[in-house]
Amino acid sequence: MALYTLDSGQVAAGVKGREFSAEEYIYQLLERIEKVEPKVNAFVSVRKEALDEARVIDKKIRDGEQVGALAGVAVSIKDNICTKGIKTTCASKMLETFVPPYDATVVKRLRDVGAIVIGKANLDEFAMGSTTEFSRYGATRNPWDISRVPGGSSGGSAASVAALECTVSLGSDTGGSVRCPASFCSTVGLKPTYGLISRYGLVSYANSIEQIGPIGRTVSDVVLVLNAIAGADENDHTTVGGKPAHSLRQRKGLRVGLVREFIEGAEPRVAKVIHKAADTLAKQGCGCEETSLASVQYALASYYTIAMAEASSNLARYDNVRYGFDLDPEGYEWNSYFAKARSNFGEEVKRRVIVGSYVLSSGYYGKYYLKAQQVRSLIKRELKALFKKYDILIGPTMPILPFKIGEKIADPLRMYLVDIDTVVANLAGMPAMSVPAGFTDGLPVGLQIMADEFQEQTMLDAAYLFEQAAKVQRSPDL
Amino acid sequence: METKIGLEIHCQLTGAKSKLFCRCSCDYRGKAPNANICPICSGLPGTLPLVNQKAVEFAGMISFALDCKVPDEIAFYRKNYFYPDLPKNFQLTQYNAYDITSIGVEGRIEYGGGKNARIRRVQLEEDPGRLVYEGGSMEASVYALIDYNRAGVPLVEIVTEPDFADPKEVRLFLDKITSIIEHLGLCDTKLEGSVRCDANVSVGGGNRVEIKNVSSFADAEKAVRYEITRQRTMASRDIEVRSETRHWDDARKVTKESRSKEEEQDYRYFPEPDVPAVVLGTEFVSSLRQSMPELPDARKERFVSKYGLSAHVAQVLIDNKHMADFFESAIEIYSSPKEIANWIVTDLMSFVDERKKEQERSLFLGLKIGPEHIADLAKLVDQDMINRATAKQILGQIVRTGEMPSEVAKKTEAGKIDDAGALAQAVEIVFKSEQAAVQDAKHNPNAANFLLGKVMQLTKGRADPNAALEMIHTRLNEA
Repeated sequence: MALYTLDSGQVAAGVKGREFSAEEYIYQLLERIEKVEPKVNAFVSVRKEALDEARVIDKKIRDGEQVGALAGVAVSIKDNICTKGIKTTCASKMLETFVPPYDATVVKRLRDVGAIVIGKANLDEFAMGSTTEFSRYGATRNPWDISRVPGGSSGGSAASVAALECTVSLGSDTGGSVRCPASFCSTVGLKPTYGLISRYGLVSYANSIEQIGPIGRTVSDVVLVLNAIAGADENDHTTVGGKPAHSLRQRKGLRVGLVREFIEGAEPRVAKVIHKAADTLAKQGCGCEETSLASVQYALASYYTIAMAEASSNLARYDNVRYGFDLDPEGYEWNSYFAKARSNFGEEVKRRVIVGSYVLSSGYYGKYYLKAQQVRSLIKRELKALFKKYDILIGPTMPILPFKIGEKIADPLRMYLVDIDTVVANLAGMPAMSVPAGFTDGLPVGLQIMADEFQEQTMLDAAYLFEQAAKVQRSPDL
Repeated sequence: METKIGLEIHCQLTGAKSKLFCRCSCDYRGKAPNANICPICSGLPGTLPLVNQKAVEFAGMISFALDCKVPDEIAFYRKNYFYPDLPKNFQLTQYNAYDITSIGVEGRIEYGGGKNARIRRVQLEEDPGRLVYEGGSMEASVYALIDYNRAGVPLVEIVTEPDFADPKEVRLFLDKITSIIEHLGLCDTKLEGSVRCDANVSVGGGNRVEIKNVSSFADAEKAVRYEITRQRTMASRDIEVRSETRHWDDARKVTKESRSKEEEQDYRYFPEPDVPAVVLGTEFVSSLRQSMPELPDARKERFVSKYGLSAHVAQVLIDNKHMADFFESAIEIYSSPKEIANWIVTDLMSFVDERKKEQERSLFLGLKIGPEHIADLAKLVDQDMINRATAKQILGQIVRTGEMPSEVAKKTEAGKIDDAGALAQAVEIVFKSEQAAVQDAKHNPNAANFLLGKVMQLTKGRADPNAALEMIHTRLNEA
């Protein structure tokens, strides 16, 4: 079996047990990338230096030194997460030449346990999008059907995992950006509770709702990465204390609520797969029943208001003074230079910055931003009440199947609607994940599992139970 | 015409050691440009602000000292505007709206002996970087360079109500604020630009003019004075004063119309998501109150009750913390508080270069004088070793040389002539050489003083003037 098909536990065990070297494994992956990348376009940059790092791991093992839980495991990092010495572009012209002088906490933690960064994954510019079409480096294509979008904004992350170009990946999830592509690419993607994972080094899009999250082909992969990166960080005051350790457990008798609004809003083919998934869980001894989350109707408006408001401020720093791209300031005074430089944002980013500036304007703050924050409290209250009755809530991750590249790009509002099922967890600050539920017409459907704050273990229990029972295919033929 | 002046004071919390949201030093002065920065304060993508707890404590202290209300928790807000010295193109500051307040509101402070000023708010925020104009000024430059060394240094902004009626009140108030700041140890006010002051001035109910770019407290008084005169002159000529922002021209000491018209900006304030609300709570408040250093008012009380100083002398001393500290060090060496206080307040101060005092706020700059010198001097006088006139001369000498007064006295034989024989001899000499004056003195008391002056001259001031005068009168009566 090709080494690039192994999951992260198998890779670490193989490398440590010297069944194969990290170098061999990375070599195979780089070959694989060379082969499939022209079709998938999952990466912004690929690191040949990964081979050198693999040799270092191999040497440590030969010398009997300690190596971590992810020794040798190749990970792709969404290109909005800072990597020391490696260009971090956010798929934007604005950061075309930006090389961070520091590692994001998550990257440092992964490197500390022996993981190897194999490349930087493609995304929608500054993580704004649901398809990975809004990238300066071209659209990423869905490995299951390269005429279709892989989801977004962490489309490069999910596609690189599905296409066996790396073993695991880190994405970021502001309104579903980990779970959406995980669903569209038939991979496992997890967005943790707000504050579980440090955002230090994640280029901010909407600080108050986003989290970094792992993507893998199995629940086991996701647990291993989650354990490596989660926990308090002195560089991020919004992280919560402690260092959690999650595990794979056989757990029966979970109380499951199937969210009616999510099912009703889904395309019938998708709904059918989700009903089947609920049946699978029921067969495994879970108590499944339909329930309602009424406040979902306000979720999208609230989400886009908050996200765009915060984005408009977060993206103000890109004025091309301290870093950016080559643009001669000769002949400009600073105001016109800023304007000239900032005209290089992509269309979607400009749209969000403008709308965000508007909702924060004096006189509108109370009407929009404050109101959106009130909706967050409402949604959270309703979810808290539901989690007294249910251990987990389920529904489709995406209401539709992966669509054709270019299909929705001209209609932003239609595009925003596809986030309806995922934004709820971000607004509530609660954990949610997508696990492959099956296929319809050859296209993947993801099952979204949500849990109460810091109940990642319960959520993983459900995901593992479902994964073991459903046995859904994880990688396409390319 | 009624004049209304309000002040907006910015004070760097240099005592907090590090910047407000990162671990870089506050001590940026004299460093190579952009050497005192890190990914956080230079606004690199992906960085997050980390609140400096010490700065929060200092801001709490100043709020307490100004008798402000302090909320149970505080939040930081983003003030969004584009400017090249702002690494993130927003400033982290505080905001008073939507039931949120800054760290201090609705305070009050007594100053200048019985005057009161209301404090609208105290807020904690970050300093921007600095633009360095290649040609020295904006007008004379083709380009500007940006130095982010200062970016992120913690500032407290103290905003008063328009409670001042004239420039003198402004100065007295700023003296009080400075003394409080220094007593709290939160700012080294001697550092250039560590305290700044903008002012709002309106005359006779006219429009309000904001004066910015006043980079020292000393200039604040001058700027206000200039602006009042300007507005009064306009009013007397029936010219309406426009509501505008004017800049203080430090070189020419005038306020100038702002070159670029500052339009009404919409700062799009919203709460900083990356900094969770800082909970102050009763525990914070009580522990902070306990750890507060002695404030100027309390210190003045102590100087009066414990050392028996007059209220005036005590006030002069505490108006400048260095002077009060100097006083307390001196009386530790030689416990004669009134004598020492007088030497400091009246005599030593006469040697202080006023110009330097304003600029440097370093009182005894250039004077080679320490508490031990004044203690020694007071002791010599107390013990009748030298008379006051001699002591003053000695002081005049030692502030330049740094010698101890007792050594100088010994070296120049400045000890008083207490030998009656020697004094009589001196009087004899003067009576012989100034016979006309002696005759005159029999009718004219002023001439006796002239004779005394001659005796003092002859003895190089070492004679006890009282004893000498007595002897002169005796001789005049004899003749």
